[in-house]
Amino acid sequence: MSLFDHVLSLGDNALILGQQLSALTGHGPVLEEDIATANIALDLVGEARLWLSLAGEIEGAGRSEDDLAFLRDEIDFRNVLLVEQPNGDFADTMARQFLFDAWHEALLAALCASADPRIAGIAGKCRKEALYHLSHSAGWVIRLGDGTAFSHDRMQQAVRNLWPYTGELFEADAGGTALIGANAGDIRPLWRQRVADTLARAALEVPADRWMQGGGRRGIHSEHMGRLLAEMQHIPRSHPGARW
Amino acid sequence: MKEWPLWEVFIRSSHGLAHKHVGSLRAADAEMAIGNARDVYTRRNEGVSIWVVRAADIAASSPGDKEPLFDPARSKVYRHPTFFELIDGVKHM
Amino acid sequence: MYAQMVDTGVQRVLDAAELEGDERRFQDRIDAGIRVEPEDWMPESYRRTLVRQISQHAHSEVVGMLPEGNWITRAPSLLRKATLLAKVQDEGGHGLYLYAAAETLGVSRDDLIDALHAGKAKYSSIFNYPTLTWADIGAIGWLVDGAAIINQIPLCRCSYGPYGRAMVRVCKEESFHQRQGYDIMTRLAQGSEAQRRMAQDALNRWWWPAVMMFGPPDGESVHSAQSAAWRIKLHSNDDLRQRFIDQTVPQAELIGLTIPDADLRWNEERGHYDIGPIDWEEFYSVVRGDGPCNRERLAARKSAWDRGAWVRDAAAAHAAKHAGEQK
Repeated sequence: MSLFDHVLSLGDNALILGQQLSALTGHGPVLEEDIATANIALDLVGEARLWLSLAGEIEGAGRSEDDLAFLRDEIDFRNVLLVEQPNGDFADTMARQFLFDAWHEALLAALCASADPRIAGIAGKCRKEALYHLSHSAGWVIRLGDGTAFSHDRMQQAVRNLWPYTGELFEADAGGTALIGANAGDIRPLWRQRVADTLARAALEVPADRWMQGGGRRGIHSEHMGRLLAEMQHIPRSHPGARW
Repeated sequence: MKEWPLWEVFIRSSHGLAHKHVGSLRAADAEMAIGNARDVYTRRNEGVSIWVVRAADIAASSPGDKEPLFDPARSKVYRHPTFFELIDGVKHM
Repeated sequence: MYAQMVDTGVQRVLDAAELEGDERRFQDRIDAGIRVEPEDWMPESYRRTLVRQISQHAHSEVVGMLPEGNWITRAPSLLRKATLLAKVQDEGGHGLYLYAAAETLGVSRDDLIDALHAGKAKYSSIFNYPTLTWADIGAIGWLVDGAAIINQIPLCRCSYGPYGRAMVRVCKEESFHQRQGYDIMTRLAQGSEAQRRMAQDALNRWWWPAVMMFGPPDGESVHSAQSAAWRIKLHSNDDLRQRFIDQTVPQAELIGLTIPDADLRWNEERGHYDIGPIDWEEFYSVVRGDGPCNRERLAARKSAWDRGAWVRDAAAAHAAKHAGEQK
């Protein structure tokens, strides 16, 4: 993976998850939660803009954040499969968010030490947001896991269903350490610890590691991705060259 | 199931003023109330500190007591500096 | 407006001289410009009217998230996506401030929401129209939020303290909403032929519903008169509508869009624009529930609420288990 691809993958993770959360605006379980979800979506879209702009700068071909978001094909997207999994119900949404946040914050913390000041700068800003996201999603994992029998089962099932998508977060990448200053594998212990602690407080079991899905970072996505991109990209693609 | 309790939200702005009541919201627990207060009432850099209090835990003065509570202070005009007339030529007072 | 044709439950507005005791003192205080606070004595009809008006306003904000939310996932640039997301989120916040203001009158938010879902409470007619293209997001910000601001600024001075304070907050936050809408329209109007057509089409579809938002002329309405006496309605529907038209027509001209009204003329004598006849039949049908999207909007709200029930229950159950623990 080149530096361009690495930065793209940071941007794509935030973009796709932000896009998914933004679809929930106005459909949450309670008004306060609608507002919270929109805040997290806003943070993620904001983060995506920073990484995609930087990616365009690194590439040096004159592509803007919008060119990269709206005019790339699915095979060129570098996000992990976890973020493109459907919103499902509130337990699915929060399980996906928690598994992501626990990793995202750790990754951004590591990137703060990057030798590239542009990467360290973006990571520093977004890490604060990610910390808040983590406390929000962990809070909900605990409330649902330790809530009613129904919510407990829903949350356990959601964590189990999403577990096979967590392996990809830590796929070793030989070039990664040198290029962006953080090794995906190194943050695994912290992530494991966070997940174990929160699930324990939620009276939930940590699923056993089995076969892990992968491919997103290489452009091999799930069936959900095509529809998501079709919806997100259709206006700019229908009006080539238009400004909005 | 019962509705989540109502919380009153107090925010201290960055200007060094005391916590000020800004509104209310509903939340199942205190942690959620603080998170919700952050998302609802500080979207535009309004604050650096949040207090939340269950609305049911607030004791308030009653409107019927308005006169005995607040009218007596009106007659104590000497508590205000403008009550005292300064003689000509006094500075820094 | 966001609260249209609010029923006060009164048959006739009484003169100050006809009022006695508490009612008289209450009206005197309002006439003197003293704010009513939740713990103060108030006539039951004043309280009930305010609950109706504020909750209608709150429901409008929350239902209003849907037509615009429809386009967040399709916004054509990342900046537009972020801005629209922030705007729709603000509407949620405004709904919340207003529900909280209504709750100071001794009702609970759940009861108000139940009334909405049961079809017993109204929300603004405007949100029963569909958002068909990206330009509709521009038209809503420009026209609907523009109209809302005209209505809400006077309400900051209304007689009920919590409502006025909620409006101050709403107005402060809403100032960017209208501008982002006009900015979208301007960009489209100056864009490609397809974009220009999109902008004009949106203006064609949203103009009259926006004009109707202010509600029918107050005429002899006893409710309007009573609300005015209570200072929870500060200007007539026609006055507010005229203000909206006078401010919006030049804005449309400036970006080369045409208001879809062949009778629109500047009236030198009045110093205002005259407009063609308003189709009140359409307005009443939408209010009755026969607008293009009434069923969808209510179904979407109800479905979100019902699907969220187990989540709200779980959080309450978790809190109950840990009540008394020190965090």
